[in-house]
Amino acid sequence: MSIAITDRQIIEALQGGLPLVPAPYAEIAGRLDMAEDDLMARLQAMKDSGVIRRIAAAPNHYKLGMTANGMTVWNVADDRITELGAQIGALPFFTHCYERPRAGADWPYNLFAMVHGSDRDEVEEKRGQIRTLLGAACTGSDILYSTRILKKTGLRLRKKD
Amino acid sequence: MSEIDATDRKILNRMQDDLPLVSHPYAAVAAELGLTEAELLSRLAALKDARVITRFGPFFDAAAMGGAFCLCAMAVPPEQFEDVLTKVNAHPEVAHNYERTHRLNMWFVLATETPEGIGDCADAIERETGVPVLRFPKLQEFFIGFRVAA
Repeated sequence: MSIAITDRQIIEALQGGLPLVPAPYAEIAGRLDMAEDDLMARLQAMKDSGVIRRIAAAPNHYKLGMTANGMTVWNVADDRITELGAQIGALPFFTHCYERPRAGADWPYNLFAMVHGSDRDEVEEKRGQIRTLLGAACTGSDILYSTRILKKTGLRLRKKD
Repeated sequence: MSEIDATDRKILNRMQDDLPLVSHPYAAVAAELGLTEAELLSRLAALKDARVITRFGPFFDAAAMGGAFCLCAMAVPPEQFEDVLTKVNAHPEVAHNYERTHRLNMWFVLATETPEGIGDCADAIERETGVPVLRFPKLQEFFIGFRVAA
């Protein structure tokens, strides 16, 4: 009965992905023993509340030729970071840009911005644009290139009995 | 699969945006792209098989469900790397994990159902591996654009 189906069960049924069949929600609803309309209404509610950000494809940057991936990190003056972070976030080439805590003398960086490119030259060119933008507000930076994807699964809930 | 072609690229660009929540979503997207539903489905299956698409479906926000995300990093001695990797990846909370060029050479994201779950999982990884887990929760998010021009 659909009333007994929890959001958790719906999430578990979908976390492996949406089936590539003409009526994917009907298929998932069948597995959960609920009506397709009920499932879609529940999913719409999850989208409205932000539990589901979107239903979409996660591309593999490497397979698309974006083989260079650098996590640029910057030590930005605390009183400038909100203003400058927003300017960097508005540049067209980012997938993620965050303020995060510093971690002692070894890790003075508080702004993280991911840069992708077809090679490291392209990544470095974009990194230079960020450096220019930050100017004197930045007192240190580094770049960490990814050399291997070790895991990429997206969110998984632990099974509960 | 062979090289991705112009149609695949069109599909990849469209499918990184939200799919309509309708009974036959692939038919709706196929119509937008001027393809048949069957062609879109077979190309999506091929892109998934070739791992050009790593995952297709709903993106759940752990924070909106009362949970949390946290970027974590470890300085793993090279000779222990594979052993530590096995132990880290065994945790289902580890959503993705990258090797990077730095003394901090393993960077992963934890996604947990409760905020306390982050500390519990990071502590467990420290116990199991003997390597400290640095935690970098987001303080501010300036932009999240997911799209990659294919």
